[in-house]
Amino acid sequence: MSRQIEYRDALREAMSEEMRRDPRVFLMGEEVAQYNGAYKVSRGMLEEFGPQRVVDTPISETGFTGLAVGAAMMGLRPIIEFMSWSFSLVAADQILNNAPKMLYMSGGQFGCPIVFRGNNGAGGQLGSTHSWCVESLYANVPGLKMAIPFDPYDAKGLLKTAVRDDNPVFFLESERLLSVKGEVPEEEYLVPFQQALIRRPGADCTIVSFGRPLYFCLEAAQALAEDGIECEVIDGRTIRPLDIETIVESVRKTNYCVVVDQSWPFASVGAEIASQVHERCFDDLDNHVARVHADDVPPPYAYNLEQEMLPNARKICEAVRSVTYNA
Amino acid sequence: MTTRPAADENLAAKLPDETLRKWLRDMLLIREFEVRTMQAYQNRLIGGFCHIYVGQEAVAVGALAALEPTDPIITAYRDHGHALARGMDPKYCMAEMFGRIGGCAKGKGGSMHMFDKPHHMYGGHGIVGAQCPLAAGLAFARKYTDEVIENRASTGVAMCFLGDGALNQGAFHEAMNLAGVLHLPVIYVVENNGYAMGTSVARGTTMAHELTAKAAAYGIDATSLDGMDVMEVYNGMKPIVDRCRRSVQPAFVEARTYRYKGHSMSDPRKYRTKDEEQQYEAQDPIEKLAGFLMSERKFAEADYDSLAKAVRTQVREARQWTDLSPPPDIEELYTDVYADAWGPYHGTSLPLMMKDTQQE
Repeated sequence: MSRQIEYRDALREAMSEEMRRDPRVFLMGEEVAQYNGAYKVSRGMLEEFGPQRVVDTPISETGFTGLAVGAAMMGLRPIIEFMSWSFSLVAADQILNNAPKMLYMSGGQFGCPIVFRGNNGAGGQLGSTHSWCVESLYANVPGLKMAIPFDPYDAKGLLKTAVRDDNPVFFLESERLLSVKGEVPEEEYLVPFQQALIRRPGADCTIVSFGRPLYFCLEAAQALAEDGIECEVIDGRTIRPLDIETIVESVRKTNYCVVVDQSWPFASVGAEIASQVHERCFDDLDNHVARVHADDVPPPYAYNLEQEMLPNARKICEAVRSVTYNA
Repeated sequence: MTTRPAADENLAAKLPDETLRKWLRDMLLIREFEVRTMQAYQNRLIGGFCHIYVGQEAVAVGALAALEPTDPIITAYRDHGHALARGMDPKYCMAEMFGRIGGCAKGKGGSMHMFDKPHHMYGGHGIVGAQCPLAAGLAFARKYTDEVIENRASTGVAMCFLGDGALNQGAFHEAMNLAGVLHLPVIYVVENNGYAMGTSVARGTTMAHELTAKAAAYGIDATSLDGMDVMEVYNGMKPIVDRCRRSVQPAFVEARTYRYKGHSMSDPRKYRTKDEEQQYEAQDPIEKLAGFLMSERKFAEADYDSLAKAVRTQVREARQWTDLSPPPDIEELYTDVYADAWGPYHGTSLPLMMKDTQQE
């Protein structure tokens, strides 16, 4: 049985189901309990699980992320909510230096099965410090995994997989998607990592993206189709591990590729995917891989500037047209 | 919040001979181990940073004696002493510093990352103060496991060692605050050896003359004690450990101590005087306990000599074992990055120390 639920409800269902299944799982973060979640993702969870398992913290990211690392080393499986991934920068030492390296520097003795989750990305006129897209910044670090859900189905299925993973998982949601509705089965399911999904099939150009920019990719693909350019839109779903095979297979068919990444262009996830596609598909490509990123500037406040700074359907269309001109 | 006097009662003096001799042996072992470590470092057999615990032995030995062996502990990078006092075989500790596969972390951690799961030691951490929130997590997990999973009263206490330099890091203050608001049974033990690298405690922190004041803002019970006397450390620590365990609340302890050597092996110690060093060396914790045993417990020079000889042999054997342990196989580069195997990663495997301990 399927029903339509919001992205935020899908996230909550994933957490609640996993907490019912495994007593080692708990949720901790700012305003997750009594306030019902700053964005109402954890609404009602305090009532069901009590204050020992749905734990409010002070505004203290270094403290509670480090607490999660210690708790995970002892065998618990924390879910840590960042109200925004922008605030995770305060906890960089714990989430980058400790969580992903503990298994390695302890020679296999202590793993850190933690899910760090919260809103990532700009688009709400929140200004420079609250609009971080952390994927490129953090994907550089070995030892962590990174998942970016596109819709309610993936929000639930990927989050359940993340909770069961024995490694730290950086789970990048989007404030702009929390109210999006989509089909989610009543029955239990998981979405495996490293399994990209073709969101729209097409034979003329491959577009690769993750999370919210995929909506712009689909919008662009629709517009391009009207001009006879059929794009294949691939949702990577996880950045670490990356399902490069699905991307490569598509590019071998279309011979063109555009990567859309909402983070900055320099040393980015988009640059990495472009590099891997160039390496794997050199003889298949009829043009270089084009990249659409946020502009290489701090996120501005003004609505028009912010919208211009982010990837959007217009920029994606331009990129597709510019690489496929010789088709 | 109360600032409590250090020792109300001489609990250590009531302990049996064998316990006090074990403390003496542990302190002698740490010192001998560190002397050999310095030699190996000077001979370039140990790389990277290396921080020596000589002078501070009484803190680790006395504080850990007040815990149950299953209570989790965690420390910073001056960690050899805590590992040995907790029961790590010195051969795994030495081999780790030599970068050998036999090391406690397969040679992938180094001097600053002594981890020992069988002995409930959670590292060995390199960034000043970063272990403090982890300690809150250890206490949280012990309490959670008891109360939520096992459905019984909380029974554990976590102990976190930190240096006086860590008092000025945000991580320490966030951890203290969390321990306070979440009622976590964790004891923060500041080993105040007078210097954060080359910066004296007075130059680096406010209220340096009364570090227990740091705990006042968090409503956490605080005690200051003489870290150069293992019996005083135990006397101060035992009631604190018992109280934390019983009340499921945090505590803060300042142990006043001194590192005889530099911050690390490359420190010329220009920031302090020879006089000062000699003054502390004159109140040596090993000599102090040996003196007590000789005057009160019929401990003879010959007994001392035989203990000293035994630890010399043990450390020599640890070194010989290390020399026979090969460097990690290149395959280890891609092992333990992730718990599972994917792409170039091999998954994880346990160090020899864990396999040996599990067989015991």
